[in-house]
Amino acid sequence: MELPESTPRRRARPLRCITRCLVVIGIVAAATCAAASDWGMGAANSRLAPPDMFNPVSTPAYDIETLAWFAIAVCAGIALVVGALLAYSIIRFRSRAGDEEREPPQVYGSNPIEFAWTVVPLLIVFVLILTTARTIYTVEAAIAPPNAIRIRVIGHQWWWEVRYPGLKIVTANEIHVPVSDPAHPTPTFLDLESADVAHSFWVPRLAGKTDVIPNRRNTMWIEPRRPGVYLGQCAEFCGTEHALMLLRVVVEPRAQWDQWVAAQQKTAAASSDRGRRIFESTACVNCHTIKGTVADGRFGPDLTHFMSRETIGSGAAMNTHDNLRIWIKDPAVIKPGALMPRMNLSDADIDAVAGYLESLH
Amino acid sequence: MEQEIALSAREQAELPLLGRLHEWVVTVDHKRLGLMYIGGGLLFFVVAGLQAVMMRLQLAVPDNHLVPPQVFNRFLTMHGTAMVFLVGMPILTGYFNYLVPLMVGARDLAFPRLNSFGFWLWFFGALLLYFSYIGGDGLYGAGSAPDVGWFAYAPLTERAFSRGNSTDYWILSIFLTSVGSTATAVNIITTAFCMRCRGMTLGKMPVVVWLAVVVAFMMLLALPPLSAAQVMLLLDRFAGAHFFDTQAGGSALLWQHFFWIFGHPEVYILVIPVFGFASEIIPVFSRKVIFGYQVMVAASIAIAFISMGVWAHHMFAVGMTPAGNAFFATSTMLVAVPTGIKIFNWIGTIWGGKIRLRVPMLFSLAFLFQFMIAGLTGIMLAVAPFDWQLTDTYFVVAHFHYVLIGAIVFMIFAASYYWFPKATGRMLNERLGQVHFWLFLIGFHLTFDPLHFAGIHGMPRRIYTYQPGRGLEGLNLIASIGAVIQALAVLVFVINVVYSLAWGEEAGPDPWDAWTLEWSTASPPPEYNFAVEPEVYSRRPLWDLKHPDDPDWLYE
Amino acid sequence: MATAAVSPIVPPVHAQWNLPRRGRAGILALILTETAFFSIFVAAYVFYIGKSLSPPYPRDVLSPPIVNTICLLSSSITIVLAVRALRAGHTRVFGLWWLVTFMLGLEFLAGTAAEWYGLIYHDHLTISTNLFGTTFYSLVGLHAMHVTIGLIMILVVMLLTAGGHLSRRYAEHTEMLSWYWHFVDAVWVVVFTTVYVIGR
Repeated sequence: MELPESTPRRRARPLRCITRCLVVIGIVAAATCAAASDWGMGAANSRLAPPDMFNPVSTPAYDIETLAWFAIAVCAGIALVVGALLAYSIIRFRSRAGDEEREPPQVYGSNPIEFAWTVVPLLIVFVLILTTARTIYTVEAAIAPPNAIRIRVIGHQWWWEVRYPGLKIVTANEIHVPVSDPAHPTPTFLDLESADVAHSFWVPRLAGKTDVIPNRRNTMWIEPRRPGVYLGQCAEFCGTEHALMLLRVVVEPRAQWDQWVAAQQKTAAASSDRGRRIFESTACVNCHTIKGTVADGRFGPDLTHFMSRETIGSGAAMNTHDNLRIWIKDPAVIKPGALMPRMNLSDADIDAVAGYLESLH
Repeated sequence: MEQEIALSAREQAELPLLGRLHEWVVTVDHKRLGLMYIGGGLLFFVVAGLQAVMMRLQLAVPDNHLVPPQVFNRFLTMHGTAMVFLVGMPILTGYFNYLVPLMVGARDLAFPRLNSFGFWLWFFGALLLYFSYIGGDGLYGAGSAPDVGWFAYAPLTERAFSRGNSTDYWILSIFLTSVGSTATAVNIITTAFCMRCRGMTLGKMPVVVWLAVVVAFMMLLALPPLSAAQVMLLLDRFAGAHFFDTQAGGSALLWQHFFWIFGHPEVYILVIPVFGFASEIIPVFSRKVIFGYQVMVAASIAIAFISMGVWAHHMFAVGMTPAGNAFFATSTMLVAVPTGIKIFNWIGTIWGGKIRLRVPMLFSLAFLFQFMIAGLTGIMLAVAPFDWQLTDTYFVVAHFHYVLIGAIVFMIFAASYYWFPKATGRMLNERLGQVHFWLFLIGFHLTFDPLHFAGIHGMPRRIYTYQPGRGLEGLNLIASIGAVIQALAVLVFVINVVYSLAWGEEAGPDPWDAWTLEWSTASPPPEYNFAVEPEVYSRRPLWDLKHPDDPDWLYE
Repeated sequence: MATAAVSPIVPPVHAQWNLPRRGRAGILALILTETAFFSIFVAAYVFYIGKSLSPPYPRDVLSPPIVNTICLLSSSITIVLAVRALRAGHTRVFGLWWLVTFMLGLEFLAGTAAEWYGLIYHDHLTISTNLFGTTFYSLVGLHAMHVTIGLIMILVVMLLTAGGHLSRRYAEHTEMLSWYWHFVDAVWVVVFTTVYVIGR
């Protein structure tokens, strides 16, 4: 009599727990969402494809994807076979009521069987090792052709410095590269260095990640085949704002990229407005560079062509007037822990500095 | 004599609380120290688990402001460090402490006082880690805990980037707990080699003891690299040395090598003990002898050896040469072979048996499925180019939680349900155990299955927030719900332990009809374990007793 | 099913049951783990050979401590003679060899101290000067620390001997101590080769 009564009660308990959890999480989520602002990033991200490694657009990422599907297929096959075997033996050999007394026959082992399930995995592993080694060599041993674009990327706490040594361009957080035409491949080779701690450079649709390690220069390459904006971010824990050390790579048709290069090579228009004077007379110049002015700091991003970038704070916020004002007033509102201090400028001064920065195309 | 000691045990129970506490503090008895390890480990399991729940709540929705970044980074560091050094290690060494002497028919470990010394080193080392919340900032601030991640990559841990003393607490805590574990390792090896009862040759030791020996050797070889690296880091921070100081020519990669020379064997130090538990529990609940005893032991030794040579698979993205990457990919995949052998042998044990689906067996069967999946995602990670995409993402987080929770925590729960009657004399409640199992199973899969896909969708690990519009919202929300369900399941377990200690069913010496020596003595065992030193003829002495017409030693 | 009261099958008889001594297994395990500890410091030393950014460099300031090395290595012989004497029951001979071992060890420490004094005050090399200083002082210092621990234990045994508390019964214990001492000596051979031969 007791059993049928208690069984449904026991079944109901986990369900009730789950619903309660849902309610609790819903409340927490609602409470925190209300306070949150995404600084326009949600809408901007939604316009781009997510950084999904199984949607590659560049050569090393294609190679990796092919190998990855092969590895997944092998592993899924093993999972199905072994899982089915396990499930079958659990169901088949459950002890039945009334048969508990007698012990089953004791089997101590079997050498032929042990041999079989040692050799078969060895063969599978052997195949996997060969295919893995082949892809390792194709990706890592690639040599830069003479027409390759060369870029130096320097990781900082928590932004990316981007230098084009041959072109004398310095920018930050948004890397522009030309699309590579399969008939005339123009891959881009990146030298990765760090100014402080270890970071990792990762744009999933273009290539696997490569760590950015102080006192060491790592090299990686991409060969994007389709124009577009590709999201990436720092993948090695590097301190407080590791989460907002974002990165985007803008892949453009060659002609458009050439235009971008020409624009970046210009010095900023010499203006003499109040914003520039405030900028030059405060600590801003210790960390930022604006070519053609006294500002030549290297601790923060180069602002010479500030308006050519879509985001500020290394992808933390869209580069809009309102966000820029908030950022200048107190970066910690958008990116708590960011190393840029608040400058304690008056509202009028903030407007002037924002106006000046917005003139830097 | 037996009566006399029994009387003194009762006298002990009548002591006032303070007196009883004193008895526990000064004890050198392997069973008490084992229980103290396990109890301490479970305590930190709850604390570090709650920190994980807080992190999951923060990540439930994008751009969440529940927890500030610094606090989140402390949570992730403390959670990782605590779960490895304050939860996994002590619980498993606690089980070995408790079981090894009983299983080899000895009255205590080889060096009981060294054992007690090791425990208290671990205990105060563990306290030191959490004391950093109060002492981390010295006398100047509100206090803080380490926020450098559990593998604390240099040079983030150098003075220039980690001010205050929080990182020093982290260093000292890990150093002390490691020395404590080394003491246990010395003890286990000596006990297994020098204290076995009459007739128990090395080939007749229970699988748990064999694996305890393997793990102890791994501890002796793998913990020193970590301790040495911690000493170097401490010299950097206090004496101005330059081991990992990149500005003075030091190498950031050297730390990574030293850490992972420890770190990868550490994974096996945590997982091989639960292989032992599985090799004990699955046969008993299948009513069959373990399939391929020698092969099981040999496979574990092979895993131990290979695991010493795979560390750089954590470093595929640091820019090693193609040859280096290919070597470590190869050695890592080779681990799959002995690991596969173990899974097949467990299936071989189940095959043809009569499976009793009690709670320990439920956890063990879930372990088999989850460990298989964890192994297969491990193979994907060993495919170095695939790893360039997957490393440092939530795929890795999901993979190693499949090992650490799906395999290790599940088997720790199985072992708890299995040996609780031996240690306390009372059974854990079966019905609460079933609720615990199913809740934990559901919560575990809700949390960690989606996180594999979050990693593939470009979510790096250790981020305190993520932006909307990148396809991560749904996966993270499900994972957070799962985390809360797991926490509820653990609550059910705690309730079960408290309830069963007071009102649980009397267990008797051998409630599971099992075969190893610990079930031949009373539950809980007397301080001297065995009134008469046992003598054995096979790997299953109690089977021989129960089946005198068909003893094991005829076939081994 | 068929649980007969008397077993028809008689188990084999264990004629002898000898297991290794606990102390030996324990000390070997300790030596194993210490070996792993030292190898990491040696690895760090080798890794940083020639990578210092500023002087002084090893070639300019290091000279091989030959006398020290001879003293330390010969102390391994004297400790064996001491233990052998104790096993034979000659407590007095034991005390003598034991004292010689202690003095040889002490000489080694004094020699190291003199070397360090010269390096610090004459060559201005400290642990924070460069990578050479960092790795040199930590590796040689770690070894010297082990010598110190060994000497303290030897001293304790010496005091017990002087108080007449030592007898043949403790030969096994002193032998275990001598194993540790051999280990410290063996480590010195590695340190010497690394620092004064390869590293120079």
